[in-house]
Amino acid sequence: MFSVRIHGRGGQGVVTAAELLSAAAFVEGLQAQAFPSFGSERMGAPVLAFCRVDTRPIRLREPIAEPDAVVVADPTLLHHVDVFGGLAGDGYMLINSMHTIGELGLQELHERHHPERVVSVPASEIARACLGRPIPNVALLGALARLSALISLGSLEAVVRERFSGTAAEGNIAAARQAAAQVAELAHA
Amino acid sequence: MREQIEGSQAVAQAVARCRPEVICAYPITPQTHIVEALSRMVRAGALAPCEFVNVESELAAMSVAIGACAAGARAYTATASQGLLYMAEALFNASGLGLPIVMTVGNRAIGAPINIWNDQSDSMAMRDCGWVQLYAADNQEALDMHVQAFRVAEELSLPVMVCMDGFVLTHAVEPLEVPSQEQVDAFLPAFAPLQLLDPADPVTIGAMVGPEAFTEVRVLAHAKHMQALDAIPRIVGEYEQITGRPSGGLLDRYRCDDADTIVVALGSVLGTLEETIDELREQQGAAIGAVRLKTFRPFPRQELAQAIGDAERVIVLERAFAVGAGGIVTDNVRAALALAPDQAGGPDRARAPDRARAPDPARAPDPARVQDQGRPRLHTVIAGLGGRAITRRSLRGLLRRALAGDLEELYFLDLRAEVVERELERARKGVSGPHAESILRDLRMVMAGPV
Repeated sequence: MFSVRIHGRGGQGVVTAAELLSAAAFVEGLQAQAFPSFGSERMGAPVLAFCRVDTRPIRLREPIAEPDAVVVADPTLLHHVDVFGGLAGDGYMLINSMHTIGELGLQELHERHHPERVVSVPASEIARACLGRPIPNVALLGALARLSALISLGSLEAVVRERFSGTAAEGNIAAARQAAAQVAELAHA
Repeated sequence: MREQIEGSQAVAQAVARCRPEVICAYPITPQTHIVEALSRMVRAGALAPCEFVNVESELAAMSVAIGACAAGARAYTATASQGLLYMAEALFNASGLGLPIVMTVGNRAIGAPINIWNDQSDSMAMRDCGWVQLYAADNQEALDMHVQAFRVAEELSLPVMVCMDGFVLTHAVEPLEVPSQEQVDAFLPAFAPLQLLDPADPVTIGAMVGPEAFTEVRVLAHAKHMQALDAIPRIVGEYEQITGRPSGGLLDRYRCDDADTIVVALGSVLGTLEETIDELREQQGAAIGAVRLKTFRPFPRQELAQAIGDAERVIVLERAFAVGAGGIVTDNVRAALALAPDQAGGPDRARAPDRARAPDPARAPDPARVQDQGRPRLHTVIAGLGGRAITRRSLRGLLRRALAGDLEELYFLDLRAEVVERELERARKGVSGPHAESILRDLRMVMAGPV
């Protein structure tokens, strides 16, 4: 079982991100479950979504308290919410920010953790350039695909094409590729 | 075809393949995705000649369903929480008139205090309204139960409520298989109403009945309900033959054969519960099993008594709570366990053991032991009220407590006892005001002053 917790704010496509992640895992022949945190969602409010991926059918329906990966779509949440709570010792952290992990004040966490698994990517800026709108969700999934190898970029692209059409699909795919490439660069830096 | 899809969307597709003729609904969280999806299909002409009626309230939704169904249309609606309660009067009319309406309840708490999250207070409050009540453990079962529900409803001329936990199921995306149109058509014939309002051949439906016959009408309604205990296993068997998938039914046993502790539960908690049971069996060899209750009305007394057998301890895990009384499901379980085996089927129905897993007769309860030794010990556990997550960690703690013999008769899972104590202390000092607002201030969810 591999579990992902995605933190963000209403309007960033956090719930859609969890759904797309589960759909991409499904395309790869895996079992997957996605669900949002349950609240009165509205633009700007903190939002949580979860995704579990496994080779066996998934029966668990509790919220994910001990994720293998945490994705933070809005870095302002770092100061309000315990976004890394319960994260596995060798887990992945992916933060949507123009700043480096050090600049975000997470250097200590970075050093304690597997440093190559703690990454920031300017997903909103990438989305703005590729899509015309700063909606970072698909770019973050591209970065997560490259970071964790949970899903392939190809599966992600397939489900993005199914979910969106025209320029929205192509823009999101371009954003996912660019974010993935940046993660790959960081890994070699 | 298996697809990765949200529970609500899958239920909408399953309902669509049942070829409903009238869908009427008023939106309320968390069932809204279902009727939104259906309204889009109707607007696109995919369900022609189905009519989607936007109504001004839930009372109107059920009233439109009653009128449509009485006129011979296959009618469907969905609601939750306060919406279901707002329908209450019409719910009794639908069942009293014998109208085979199918409705989804996306289970949600009832206010006050207002709460949009999941528990089963809504459908449990309506348990005696004369509708068949089915509770889905997962989304595959939820969508399958809807197709089965139309068959059960129309065969018996009874309305059926399919209850699925709000958010936990309605908003969860998982791999699901919606039966094909061909499969549904092979399973569900066109609606042939047993009674019909037709201007060309006028009849009266809904006459006033006085003391001379009201009891008899009620007894007949009960007898019809009890027939569902035979009809449901048969219909579910036919569904399995067509889809190749066992789904729904009266109840199922999970690892009960050698279990001395059995947890009776219904709804979406079952998956997490079964994970926990597997874990405790593996780690400490605990002989724990579960009974998955799927049909709550009519209540499958005989099947439940047989499924529990001679277990020493029964824990009824409930997502609703009867203030001033305790567990709702527990009372039904207690009544089932008190039956002598030869009465377990009830006086008005032949014995019909559960289809899928015929229980071992050797494990049927010995009434003398049940009565003389007070076995099994029965515990009520109230969990998951108002959206509090039911976790493996909590269930693990609960089951260990039970195995150690320390579980109270009535236990609230994950209760923040200190919060209750502080509020009681304030009340003793004469601080007035509603508990809900006082506790929110105590927890600093809101600042001092009016909430």
